[in-house]
Amino acid sequence: MSTVLRARQLTRILPGEVPTTLVRGIDLSIEAGEFVCIMGPSGSGKSSLLYLLGLLDVPSSGTVELDGVNTQGFSDDQLTSARLAKLGFVFQFHFLLAEFTVLDNVLLPMRRLGKLGDSQARARATELLARLDVAEHAHKHPSQLSGGQRQRVAIARALANDPLVLLADEPTGNLDTASSSNVRQILHDLTREMGKSVLAVTHDPRFAALADRRINVVDGQLDPDWQPV
Amino acid sequence: MIALGIAFTHLTSRKRQTAVSLIGVVLGVAFFLAVSALMRGSEKDFIVRLIDNSPHITVSDEYRSARLQPVNQQWPQALAEIRGLKPQTETRGIRGWRAKQALIAALPGLRVAPVLTGSAVLVFAGQQQGVSLSGIIPAQMRGVSTIEDKLIAGTLDQLSANSNGVIIGAGLADKFKLRLGSTLSVIAAGGANRTLTVVGIFRSGNASYDESQTYVLLKRAQLLLDRPDRVNRFILKLDDANSARAVASRIEAQIGYKSVSWAEASEDILNVLFVRNVIMYSVVSAILVVASFGIYNTISTIVMEKTRDIAILKSMGFLAADIKRIFLLEGLIVGAIGSVLGLLCGLGLMRLLASIQIRPPGGTETVNLPIWWGSEQFLMAAAFALASCLLAAWLPARKAGRLHPVDILRGAT
Repeated sequence: MSTVLRARQLTRILPGEVPTTLVRGIDLSIEAGEFVCIMGPSGSGKSSLLYLLGLLDVPSSGTVELDGVNTQGFSDDQLTSARLAKLGFVFQFHFLLAEFTVLDNVLLPMRRLGKLGDSQARARATELLARLDVAEHAHKHPSQLSGGQRQRVAIARALANDPLVLLADEPTGNLDTASSSNVRQILHDLTREMGKSVLAVTHDPRFAALADRRINVVDGQLDPDWQPV
Repeated sequence: MIALGIAFTHLTSRKRQTAVSLIGVVLGVAFFLAVSALMRGSEKDFIVRLIDNSPHITVSDEYRSARLQPVNQQWPQALAEIRGLKPQTETRGIRGWRAKQALIAALPGLRVAPVLTGSAVLVFAGQQQGVSLSGIIPAQMRGVSTIEDKLIAGTLDQLSANSNGVIIGAGLADKFKLRLGSTLSVIAAGGANRTLTVVGIFRSGNASYDESQTYVLLKRAQLLLDRPDRVNRFILKLDDANSARAVASRIEAQIGYKSVSWAEASEDILNVLFVRNVIMYSVVSAILVVASFGIYNTISTIVMEKTRDIAILKSMGFLAADIKRIFLLEGLIVGAIGSVLGLLCGLGLMRLLASIQIRPPGGTETVNLPIWWGSEQFLMAAAFALASCLLAAWLPARKAGRLHPVDILRGAT
């Protein structure tokens, strides 16, 4: 198995009168096709770690390697381009654009990347929506969908450019029990059937049961001994 | 293309605010056009009157600067001082005027006529009036002056047929109760006098001109003023009045006599008109600047409302420049649609203004408001509207481009 994402001595300190350390000296790596979940108490720095690994935030020190490329010193635009081509994001809130149809939302990243022609992009978007069981809602607007359906559309959008890693920040945090287990299963299946790596921040212990590996973050540091209450 | 799609959805999702911004631009452009058309129209109207009623170029029997003494001509670099210099007494007038007139007439696109002007006193029934006496050749005068159009009685032909004829202004005719066929005495400055018959009356619209200007045949003027075979000015009309300045300096270089174009003669008036245009365009542009605040407001609101969308777009791989483009496009769309509608509204306003008839105070005829239809003001209105819309969009667009997704994601989750 090859390493798709690797962090070395990752540290993030928020500057200010009293500097706040969000993440301190974390080393970790994610292999291709691996399903990893990050757990820890509230405010422990899980999300901050995810943003750093997802190239949304820049570490104060330490490095992130994506697909074997060290991103240290990348400009904002270079980081953005790397995200576009290699990463997909799912958040607690679905963040679908309200004025666009479900299909258009999934098409957005593909249109931005511009690798596929319009008809190919549409075909891929339809295929992804079908795979996530929301194909019949393709021409609806997000407001006409249930929470679980929206989150599945958000996953389809995150997969649009065929990313190496899918990063999920509490993807089931806003969902009812049935939808939660559905989304968990989908993320698990992505690693098994499509060979994606999935890195999910969660409070839900049932994630850990499905995951290949669990990473605990306490006070911005890795803590192998921590257990969810 | 994606940016355009997003820009459109943003604008259509806030219909009322977009409409208000749009109306601001439309009104701004329309007023810009209407005011510009009216002001420039009145300016053009004024210049046309100025140009039509006066010669495009007047060549007079003067020199711009004193002629050089032979010693200075011979040695231009030498320092020579001449004392006790006494100018030669000579009959004033343009020397060899026939040859010089032929030289000017050979230039393309112009017509030239010789004139001898002098002062005289007009006597009728014991009343006197100092007048300016112009000796003309009617056939040539016809090509360079609008005098024939201004005649309210008689014709130029009657002057050519009658060597003792005189054409006077309406003001003088009213004052002395003169009619066609009336006779009056003219006494020139030198003492020569003659009885002349009124063969024409003109009304130029300029009261002092109508009271003090008279025309006789060139030969008659030369005899009265005791300047046989002399003329003291050429007056010229050009096909293209705007080339007057260049043609005048060319003539002056060729024949040496002072040649003054209408533009030079009316320089201060033209300056006033220019300043007036600067003021007018500043004021009408201010309307568009005010309108652009509406756009700034709308787009700022959209940026604030759409911070989550901006965050997700950036996190999924949209560059800061892509985000900026979305909001700049919104300004551009409002500006472009506003300009097109504004130009149409402005055109309507211009038509409306052009159809208004007014009777100037003291005037007898109704006149239409002068409207200028020049294309450059349409371009100027649209360009200024687009520029102010882009500028108004640029500030919120820059702010949107700089939004950091993590800051918003932290707050949202």
